[in-house]
Amino acid sequence: MATLRPTLITGGKVPADVTRDVCAPMERSPTALWWGAFLLASTALIVGVVAVTYQIAMGIGTWGLNRTVGWAFDITNFVFWVGIGHAGTLISAVLFLFRQKWRTSVNRSAEAMTLIAVVCAGLFPVIHMGRPWLAFWMAPYPNTRGSLWVNFKSPLLWDVFGISTYLLISAVFWYVGLLPDLATIRDRSKSPWRRRVAGILSLGWNGSARTWSRYETVYMLLAGLATPLVFSVHSIVSMDFATAVIPGWHTTIFPPYFVAGAIFSGLAMVLTLMIIGRKTMQLENYITVGHIESMCKLMLSMGCIVGLAYGTEFFIAAFSGNPYEQFVFLNRALGPFSWAYWTMVSCNVLVPQLLWFRFFRRNIAVVFVISIFVNIGMWFERFVIIVTSLHRDFLPSSWADYAPTSIEIATLAGSFGLFFTCFLLFCRFFPVIAMAEVKGVLEKPRRAPKQDSEQGDAA
Amino acid sequence: MSDRVLLATFEHEEDLLDAVREVRRAGHKILDAFTPYAVHGLDRAMGLRPSRLTWVCFICGMTGALGMLWFEYWVGALAWAVDVGGKPWNSLPSNVPVAFETAVLLAGFGSVFALLGVCRLFPGKQVRPLLERVTDDRFVLVLDQTDAQFSATQVEAMLRPFNLLELEERVVAAGGVE
Repeated sequence: MATLRPTLITGGKVPADVTRDVCAPMERSPTALWWGAFLLASTALIVGVVAVTYQIAMGIGTWGLNRTVGWAFDITNFVFWVGIGHAGTLISAVLFLFRQKWRTSVNRSAEAMTLIAVVCAGLFPVIHMGRPWLAFWMAPYPNTRGSLWVNFKSPLLWDVFGISTYLLISAVFWYVGLLPDLATIRDRSKSPWRRRVAGILSLGWNGSARTWSRYETVYMLLAGLATPLVFSVHSIVSMDFATAVIPGWHTTIFPPYFVAGAIFSGLAMVLTLMIIGRKTMQLENYITVGHIESMCKLMLSMGCIVGLAYGTEFFIAAFSGNPYEQFVFLNRALGPFSWAYWTMVSCNVLVPQLLWFRFFRRNIAVVFVISIFVNIGMWFERFVIIVTSLHRDFLPSSWADYAPTSIEIATLAGSFGLFFTCFLLFCRFFPVIAMAEVKGVLEKPRRAPKQDSEQGDAA
Repeated sequence: MSDRVLLATFEHEEDLLDAVREVRRAGHKILDAFTPYAVHGLDRAMGLRPSRLTWVCFICGMTGALGMLWFEYWVGALAWAVDVGGKPWNSLPSNVPVAFETAVLLAGFGSVFALLGVCRLFPGKQVRPLLERVTDDRFVLVLDQTDAQFSATQVEAMLRPFNLLELEERVVAAGGVE
């Protein structure tokens, strides 16, 4: 039965090995490499905190925005981070529904990455308000102004609900998945405080078959809920643009185009993190070349959808007969920001084509470099969509240029600092691989033929 | 009051599954089984009823969707009707995204809290695991021994072919195999 499927976890692991190997990085003192990375990340975070404090104190006039380019770096970063956050739910929910068992090795860290990326993303609209202490105005609450309610017809408000629901559901999904593993940590820890903390967090999980049966039901329900959620969230993000009458934004292709782009960039970030993580935490038997190859195939397919969308946009602009629409696309490819456009096309469409070849998909160094290219390309995709559509609008007299200020660049660096600081802490204090799920997909030991024949197919 | 239970430990899920089937065939009462991961088919082998948590999810989701649709209608058309770009006050399509997100939010939280409630999982709950290794790599079958018909030697002979690792009798508080 199992011989037809390739082995997911190599090294002939048994369940006890899984517990030991996954818990090992948490139980030893952090390595010099971890400390180095942590210092670097937290320094970037501090730079970001200083930059954000400064721009809130001084006002967002510290940015390079002008009357024509009213959205630029900040919203680019927002869409970039939300996009990164989409791979986690794709891997944990969509691949769960499709019964892709290889997901078990990567889902935990991908979900953690999702959570952190959505937090990073959520900060940007709040900073963008300029008066973040009034962020509660986004919530529909009874107030002394009437009550004046929020505008439920605005995609910006849908975004508030979409992103916060996504953050909360991802957090719950991640935590529910962690419960059995926290119980494992509780039961094996020698240190009393770790036992205590894991004991509180594991909510008294004891591995009872009745609990497992209900747990599996709820996990399936959450996966079923998170799947449409992940598609809805980035569709809503795209509607922030698509419902505006700006040429280059006002297109019906935006929701699927954004969703594909989000998953594409998220997978690239998962690959970047996993390729480093499997090496530094000695998890090569769990996150194998096979896992990386599977993710590369997904990334390639998403990259092709994104490439098709780039082409479709150009075709529709030409076909529409709308001179403004046509101008925006010519301006993207040949105007002052053409360098950004061609960076985007080369990183997102040309470079990933290497993944058609098995040799490159299984070459870790090549995959790592490609994933970095895609991360860069997808950041530029958002920059191109936002800035090139805005900077030359209907009236040539109001055309303007845009360049980020040092404050904006420091804020972007700070968001990377926040992301990596949190991710490094996650790697240090949580099991980076879903132990209870990986144990279920280990190769089953060979059994006597007598018992095989009398047992029906349990699954 | 206390109960006498028999703990049978196995190393592999297949052995546990086969043992569960055999024990049920012989008519013994299975109190519970403890496993380090979700063993597929164990719920059916033990004769557990399918979970009804799907209904909780459905009801919470519907509450979220309908409640939010009603709230959006009330806000947009009744409480303070604001003309936004000439759209109808009660514009259903523009109310769908938020209603959908609320449905997902309530359905997700509802089913998770229901799960924690039915399984009595809460922070600070004290667990004394029957065997510390059930969350690592051991599969434990817990049989009720209070039945007068129960014979430990007979059960042991029955379980032996399934690579039984260990058999232990234990006295636990009534209903307390938690």
